[in-house]
Amino acid sequence: MIFGLGIAFLLTSALTVAGAVAAAVLKNLVHCALSLTVTFAGLALLYLELGAQFAGFSQILVYIGAVAILVVFAILLTRGAAVPEYRNYSSSWFLGLAIAAAVFALLTWAVTKSLPASETVSAPAVNVQSIGVALMSTYVLPLEIVAVLLTVALIGAVIVAMPESREPKSSLERSGK
Amino acid sequence: MSFSSKLDQIFILLQHWIAGFFPQALQPVVGTILGVVAIVAAFPGIFALTTVLERKGLGRMQNRLGPNRVGPLGILQPVADGIKSLTKEDIVPLSADALVHFLAPVVLVVAIFLCYAVLPVGRNMVLMNMDAGLLFFFAIGASTELSIFMAGWSSRNKYSLLGAMRAVAQMISYEVPLLLSSVVAVMITGSLSTVKIVEAQSGFTGWFPHWYVFTPWGFAGFVLFVIAALAETNRSPFDLPEGESELVAGYFTEYSGFKFALFFLGEYLGMFSIAGFAITLFLGGWGAPLSVLGFIPSWAWFFAKLFGAIFFFIWLRGTMPRLRQDQLMNFAWKFMLPMALLNLLVAGAWRFLGEGWSRWVICSVVLIGAYVLLGRVLMRGQHLGPRSYRYAD
Repeated sequence: MIFGLGIAFLLTSALTVAGAVAAAVLKNLVHCALSLTVTFAGLALLYLELGAQFAGFSQILVYIGAVAILVVFAILLTRGAAVPEYRNYSSSWFLGLAIAAAVFALLTWAVTKSLPASETVSAPAVNVQSIGVALMSTYVLPLEIVAVLLTVALIGAVIVAMPESREPKSSLERSGK
Repeated sequence: MSFSSKLDQIFILLQHWIAGFFPQALQPVVGTILGVVAIVAAFPGIFALTTVLERKGLGRMQNRLGPNRVGPLGILQPVADGIKSLTKEDIVPLSADALVHFLAPVVLVVAIFLCYAVLPVGRNMVLMNMDAGLLFFFAIGASTELSIFMAGWSSRNKYSLLGAMRAVAQMISYEVPLLLSSVVAVMITGSLSTVKIVEAQSGFTGWFPHWYVFTPWGFAGFVLFVIAALAETNRSPFDLPEGESELVAGYFTEYSGFKFALFFLGEYLGMFSIAGFAITLFLGGWGAPLSVLGFIPSWAWFFAKLFGAIFFFIWLRGTMPRLRQDQLMNFAWKFMLPMALLNLLVAGAWRFLGEGWSRWVICSVVLIGAYVLLGRVLMRGQHLGPRSYRYAD
């Protein structure tokens, strides 16, 4: 125990912060994306340490399995395989720093306000089944709205990716004969 | 304790016996380490056996002998292969990203070993009985995609990169039907815990077991799961990412020596773990196939089913030609996804139609009708005549 915090918590938070710093500082974009993945994994470990199995595994499934892949795909499809190295600091670094600090301050304020007054409040026992029951009863409307939103996004992506003209034979196929 | 139940629990008793030599405080830790050691020893052992079985089996199908030089009938071939890959030079391309190039196989193998933590290989034989075990498996399985990308990108080789892009696209596309087809088992069991899913299938009606594969939704889910699992593990006929006639070896073209062996190991271990989950979800896990065969230990049944699955995979590899990229994607999004979604509805209907024969008829008719209709619609534009060659005529 150091500063009243467990060794496991200190290690995982150090890993998380190191990944985030590396993602901001490294020059190669793919390296940045991979360090960001380390941060995602560290966050998932923090959730697991707090006993939130469902949130932790969802974090791994969504952020490492999908978001990280999306990021590297976006980099490769837009910049090519040989990633050029960039300047460390963009011209608007001061603005970025200010926004980050403001968001951090807002989150800190929200977290400290929502803390219970007494320290002895025990954490509620949440298992996967109770999350499922809550999603299907109390939060069914938000869940459905999210589902509709995601379906709309999916259809939108298909429409964007569809070819402009829908001729039965494309010119490529005819010239191949 | 009777003899057969002792034999059933022999590994658990062994674990407790060894842990008994340590002080009370250390016993849980020692027990866990023993479980990890057992997993890390047993599954690579099966991998070694599978490589020789696969080469022998493919040789038999292709009317040749296969490996027959090392040991009796070529049984010791994996040992020779292992020594060879250990003594070979480890080549890292000059332009490669050395750190990522090194990390990729390590991340892959570690992630795949983690999957085995929630796989019940026998009664009471699971390393972690987690509440969200199945979610853990899919979360860890999804993170192997990143290591494949790392391997392909860091090699700085166009074949590697193409192979990695193909692999990642294929794995993402087939992960959706894989997840959705396994959800039916979760819906009927009412739990994400792999142990509870196996226990829910452990009953018998007369001689016959209550495996999920013997219900309409379970059968459809099992077939979809196996197809998606083949694609997830890059096995033939879904071996486009490493199609050696097109891409040298795909994302591990630039790997040599033991790193190559690690990729090979990772691929086969991924195949075993996903086959193990197909067994757990639909084939009753470690349960006996007939009630009178219950005296045979549960772990023996699990590994017998696993070897059956491996045999099936080898058989497919020897039989099926490779798919084309557009066929692969069309199949995932136009056939697998609608069928998996429909199967979810059917499983829900099964749950609420109550006992009786009517739900068997309704669910089967819906699934078979959808299968025939979807197949007809998708095959309408296809002309499956004799193949025409553009250059070879």
